[in-house]
Amino acid sequence: MEQNIFQIIWFILWGVLWAVYFMLDGFDFGLGMLMPFIAKNDTERRIIYNAAGPFWDGNEVWLITAGGATFAAFPKTYAIMFSALYTPLLLILFALILRGVAFEFRGKEESPVWKTVWDICLVVGSFLPALLFGVAFANFFKGLPIDWKGIMHGNTLTLLNPYGLLGGLLFVVMFVVHGALWLTVKSNGALKQRAKVVAEKFWVLEVLLAIIFLVATGFFTDLWANFFRYKILLVIPALALLGLIAIPGFLSVGSYWKAWFASAATIVFTTAFGVAGLFPRLIPSSLNPEWSLTIYNSSSSPLTLKIMTVVALVFVPIVILYQIWTYKTFSEKVRPEFLETEEAY
Amino acid sequence: MFDVVLLSRLQFAVASMFHFLFVPLTLGLSVLTAIFETLYVKTGDEDYKRAAKFWGKLFLINFALGVVTGITLEFQFGTNWSRYSMYVGDIFGSLLAIEATMAFFLESTFIAVWHFGWNRLSPKLHALSIWLVAIASNISALWILLANGWMQHPVGYTIRNGRAELESFLAVVTNPFGWMEFIHTVSGAYILAGFFVLGISAWHLLRKNEVVFFKKCFRVAATWVLVFALFEVFNGHLHGSEVAKAQPTKLAAMESLWETQQGAPMYLLVIPDEKNERNKIELFPIPGMLSLLAYHHPSATVKGLKEWPEEERPPVALTFWSFRLMVGLGFLFAALSIWVFLKRHEIEKNRLLLRLLPWVIPLPYLACELGWMVAEVGRQPWIVYGLMKTSAAVSPISPMQVGVSLMAFILVYSLLGLVDFYLLFKYARKGPEAPATKVSTALSPATN
Repeated sequence: MEQNIFQIIWFILWGVLWAVYFMLDGFDFGLGMLMPFIAKNDTERRIIYNAAGPFWDGNEVWLITAGGATFAAFPKTYAIMFSALYTPLLLILFALILRGVAFEFRGKEESPVWKTVWDICLVVGSFLPALLFGVAFANFFKGLPIDWKGIMHGNTLTLLNPYGLLGGLLFVVMFVVHGALWLTVKSNGALKQRAKVVAEKFWVLEVLLAIIFLVATGFFTDLWANFFRYKILLVIPALALLGLIAIPGFLSVGSYWKAWFASAATIVFTTAFGVAGLFPRLIPSSLNPEWSLTIYNSSSSPLTLKIMTVVALVFVPIVILYQIWTYKTFSEKVRPEFLETEEAY
Repeated sequence: MFDVVLLSRLQFAVASMFHFLFVPLTLGLSVLTAIFETLYVKTGDEDYKRAAKFWGKLFLINFALGVVTGITLEFQFGTNWSRYSMYVGDIFGSLLAIEATMAFFLESTFIAVWHFGWNRLSPKLHALSIWLVAIASNISALWILLANGWMQHPVGYTIRNGRAELESFLAVVTNPFGWMEFIHTVSGAYILAGFFVLGISAWHLLRKNEVVFFKKCFRVAATWVLVFALFEVFNGHLHGSEVAKAQPTKLAAMESLWETQQGAPMYLLVIPDEKNERNKIELFPIPGMLSLLAYHHPSATVKGLKEWPEEERPPVALTFWSFRLMVGLGFLFAALSIWVFLKRHEIEKNRLLLRLLPWVIPLPYLACELGWMVAEVGRQPWIVYGLMKTSAAVSPISPMQVGVSLMAFILVYSLLGLVDFYLLFKYARKGPEAPATKVSTALSPATN
């Protein structure tokens, strides 16, 4: 019983880490994907880079921690999840590598070719992870064709099924809206107006995709079962939809920060919807429910879970506090004067 | 020939050795930058502020690749070594997770605060942010080396439910092997960063660029390198005797010792002949020296490689040469550091040393990589010494997948490595920004 509590705690933490990661790096991905369509000149492109400047690196650590927490708390899930998704995961890693260095390298040379190369890296490095994380998570919701030994019967193309692609598309659009809203907060003038228009247009698409996704989830997965068993859980998708509905309202009255927070809530609760639907499974097996990876058959020992709980309870709040402090310290808009300083990207 | 195990090992070697081209400079230069900035806060000397900015810029260029290639390493345990991850995740995974929560967040958040915060934070708070980066990166080294130390010398576990489960967290975090590795690796990283600063400063001093500025940098780095280069020889010896105790096969391979011997000598010149299980050449013995170094007694017995069946021995020549070369470089650094220290006050007059030092920059990089070769190749055929073979640890994936990703790694990493070193060269040659009081920042950097 005692062990069950720690397994449940870590399941929740596992979901929280992924949700926070998508909420934070989501706007970085959105900014990257938007850049070629929204920035008209080098100054505007640099504003986009610097809008993510002080944050992207700290945001990415949530991914490392989500991965590390999976490894520590559910080693068997970590092992099977990452080896079964070998190719897409390595694509994500290469994409993140290119995106990361694009931030650091782009401003280090004046040549337009040099800058264009890194701009392409930023765009691809933002689009691919957004798409592939969506594909991967939709496939987790649906279940992977893994046998009792955890061996995957299928390849990358197996993942690109309609439901998987729908998940990928939803993630891309969610992050585009999220990034556009971040840009309305961080910029001024024409760029901000364009960002606002993009956010509004893609919001329509996001609503459409969200509805299709929720319905498709009923057909392709059994996630809804948990929600009908424990009706209280229906609060989660309700909050996701509420956040989504609130976005245009805040936008129309010029409350850009609130619009961004509404979008953040949409992302967090969309992730939470999937995770809550999975419980107590981390990755269902589509071949045989018995072979699913659950918190019971894939977790670490009680001692490790206890120690990791202490570590998480001490350090995660501290991390959240100093990251909020950073967001506050660098909350002001990216002004053209700032781009003149040597520390600007 | 090209099976999943071999390809995965190659890929891990590429990914980790490439990653480690950037890690040591991060570990050392973060502390040196923090020292420069602290000197600025304490003395108000603008040169130290410029030093923090100049070395900090090089730090950032280097840091970018260090961070992004680090994620790959964490995920590769799952992608390529899933059976290993399942078997030891209970212990190994928790150390990685602690590293992320305790250190990576701090490091990655505050490097951005430092980078973007020059005009937004008070000087003291700004200096604190680079100290946090320095401390965090070194804490992260501690956790990762405790994790590696556990692979070298597993402690505090029990075999239960078909896997290694944690029995004593205290034993894992106080594992002497891990701590020795940490001390040895970090000192090595500090030596590397020190010679990096010395080499670049020497390059500028030789050309009479910013002489006052670079002499200040030089003096700090000279003292720094002296401390750690001497310390490295001492702790390297202790680390070696820890290896002798915990991993006798690795020690035998490091010394290419085939026969078990009481009062084993150390030969100054050895050429191993792995195929025939002997050494082609063994010259200039120092009697009892190997026994003395390994077990602190000149007549102690040192086990030879033939004590173990062939399939339980590591690749001898590679381990041996890596070790020899690393040790040779270590002594070279110690000697050089004494010379540099003695000449530090009038360094601008010593053209020989100034000419030499830029060429020394790559050597500590080589020494660090060699050290990892000894540690990792010398541990073979085990992934966890005595507990799990590397061949049993690999994921159930196809050689094709690994082959393709290995090529992608080589291609992407080579390109990025070239770009990164090009930028380091460019900004190192450019020198510091002109003092703010004299010229506006828009003008090109001063070269007086």
